Amino acid sequence: MHPALSVIFFTVASGAGFGLVMLTISLHLLGGVPGMESSGTLAAILVGVVLATLGLLASTLHLANPKNAWRAFFRFRTSWLSREAVFSVLFYPCVMLYALGLWLFGGELAWWSAIAGTLAMLLALATVFTTGMIYASLRTIPQWNSPLVPANYLLLGLASGAVLLTALTVAFGGSAETVATMALVLLVIAGIAKGVYYFWIGKPQGPTINTALGITRSRIRMLEPGQSSDSFLNREFSFQAAAERILQLRLIVYVCGFILPFLMLVVLLRTDAAILALLAPLVVIGGLLAERWLFFAEARHVVNLYYGRQQC
Amino acid sequence: MKLGLVIDTDTCVGCHACVVACKQWNTSGTLGPLTDYQPYGKEPSGVAFNRVRTYEVDTYPNNKTINMPVSCMHCETADCVTVCPTGASFKREEDGIVLVDQDKCMGCNLCAWACPYGARELDEAVGTMKKCTLCVDRIYDELLPEADRQPACVLTCPTSARVFGDFDDPDSEVSRLVRERNGYQPMSELGYNPVNHYLPTRHKPHAETTPGTPLPSLTERFKSWIGKSVSR
Repeated sequence: MHPALSVIFFTVASGAGFGLVMLTISLHLLGGVPGMESSGTLAAILVGVVLATLGLLASTLHLANPKNAWRAFFRFRTSWLSREAVFSVLFYPCVMLYALGLWLFGGELAWWSAIAGTLAMLLALATVFTTGMIYASLRTIPQWNSPLVPANYLLLGLASGAVLLTALTVAFGGSAETVATMALVLLVIAGIAKGVYYFWIGKPQGPTINTALGITRSRIRMLEPGQSSDSFLNREFSFQAAAERILQLRLIVYVCGFILPFLMLVVLLRTDAAILALLAPLVVIGGLLAERWLFFAEARHVVNLYYGRQQC
Repeated sequence: MKLGLVIDTDTCVGCHACVVACKQWNTSGTLGPLTDYQPYGKEPSGVAFNRVRTYEVDTYPNNKTINMPVSCMHCETADCVTVCPTGASFKREEDGIVLVDQDKCMGCNLCAWACPYGARELDEAVGTMKKCTLCVDRIYDELLPEADRQPACVLTCPTSARVFGDFDDPDSEVSRLVRERNGYQPMSELGYNPVNHYLPTRHKPHAETTPGTPLPSLTERFKSWIGKSVSR
C-alpha cells in the first residue's frame, strides 16, 4: 500500500494524544496523577487534545474531495471510518467539560467532571480502536485483516501516551516514578505485540494468483498488464519497499520505538536525569513514524495478484 | 433482479475493444468524465472501469494465453458499500448494481481498498471514486432499440465473449452458460460473492455450431450455377 504521509502522521499523533488523555484521566480518577499538580494534569490533557486534533486535521488531507467530509458521520451502522469520525467528535465536549472541572476545582473531582472524564476516556479508547478496525476490517489485505492490528494501535497509543505523560510530569517538576514504571510496562507489552505482528506477517498468506484468475491447477504468470503506464491501482496498491530498507526500518522501530525509550526511562528512574524524560517522547514518536510507514509499506493488497504477484 | 456479466475466457481474444467501448460510453455517462492524465504525454494513463490483462497459464508445451477482463463484479456481499463512511457507495435493491453517488463521495479511497478486484478507481482530477455502472444509463433507456439495451462492452465484443443478463432468472442465457460451462467466481474464497461469472477455457479448440439446412448436392449446385450463368 502507498504510505500516505498525512495518514501516517494522523495515526501516530492522534494515537499518542488519545493515549495520553486516556492515561491522564484514568490516573486522575484513581486519585490524582502521581507527582503532578492539577495544573500539570490540565496541561497533559491539553497536549493530548492538541496532538489528537492535529492528527484528525491531518487525516482530512488525504481526502480527494474534502468538501464532502461532513457526510462521514452518517454511516455509523456499517462503516468503521464513520464510527471513528463520530467517536472522535463526541470526545471533544466530554473532554472539554472534564477540563473545565479540572480548571475550576483543581484536583478535586466534581461528580459531573468524573462522568465527563470517564466518557472522554472511553471515547478516546473507542476512537483508537476504530482507527485500527478500519484497517483490520479489510479482507483484501491479509497483513491487516487481523485482531493484532487494533491491539497494536491501542497498545502503541497507550505506550507513547505514557512516555509523553512521564515527560510532562518531569516538566512540571513532579516525581515521575509511578508514571515511568507504567510507561515501562506498556512499552514492553506494546513491543511484544508488535513483535508477534511482525512474526505473523512474515509469510505470504491469503489468495493467490491462481484463485484470483480461477485457474487452480497450473502455474500462472502475467504476460502484459494491458496498460502502457501505471494506473491509480498501481500507484495506490503496488508500492513495494526494498527488503533491506524494510529490515533497517524494523530495526529503527525496535530500537527507537521500544528499546531506547525503555533504557532511557530505566536510567531516569535510577538517576533522575530529567533530560532523558524529555527526550524519550521524541525517540518514541520517531520510532512510531517508522512503524506506521512500515505498516502501510508492508501491506499487500490482493489486486496485486492481477498484476502478476503470486501471493499476497 | 441480479444483473451481471458472464465473461468467456475461452473466446476472449484480448482485443481491448470492451475497454475502449466502455471508456467511450461512460466518459459522458452517469459517472463521467473518466479523466485522462497526460493523454498525449510520456506516460498516458487515466480512469478506466474495465481492464484486460493477459496471462500465460502452465508451462511449455502445455502453455496457453488467457485474457482476463476485469470490471466491477457487482458483488452480493459488497464490502465497498459497507465501508463507505458517507453513503456515497450503494447497491441498488432492484437490480443489484453497485454505484457511487458522485455528489456524496469525499474521495477517501476506502472502498477501493476494500475491493479485491481493483474495480474502483479514484478520479484524481475530480476527486471522487469512479466505477463500472453496468451501463445503467443504457440498459433501461427505452429510446434505444431493445437489442441495444445492453452494456457497451457486451455490444462491442467481436467474439461475443461477454454476455449480459439476470442471474436471478434460471432460464436466462447467463444462468444457462454458468450452469452448462461451469462458470466460476474469481477469488471466491474472500466471500464477496461476485455476481459476474467467468467461463473456463475448454479442453480443445471448439466452435459452437448450430444445425442448419444441409447444403444441396454438388450436381444440384452445378446445375443452378449453369442456370444462372448461361443466358438464354
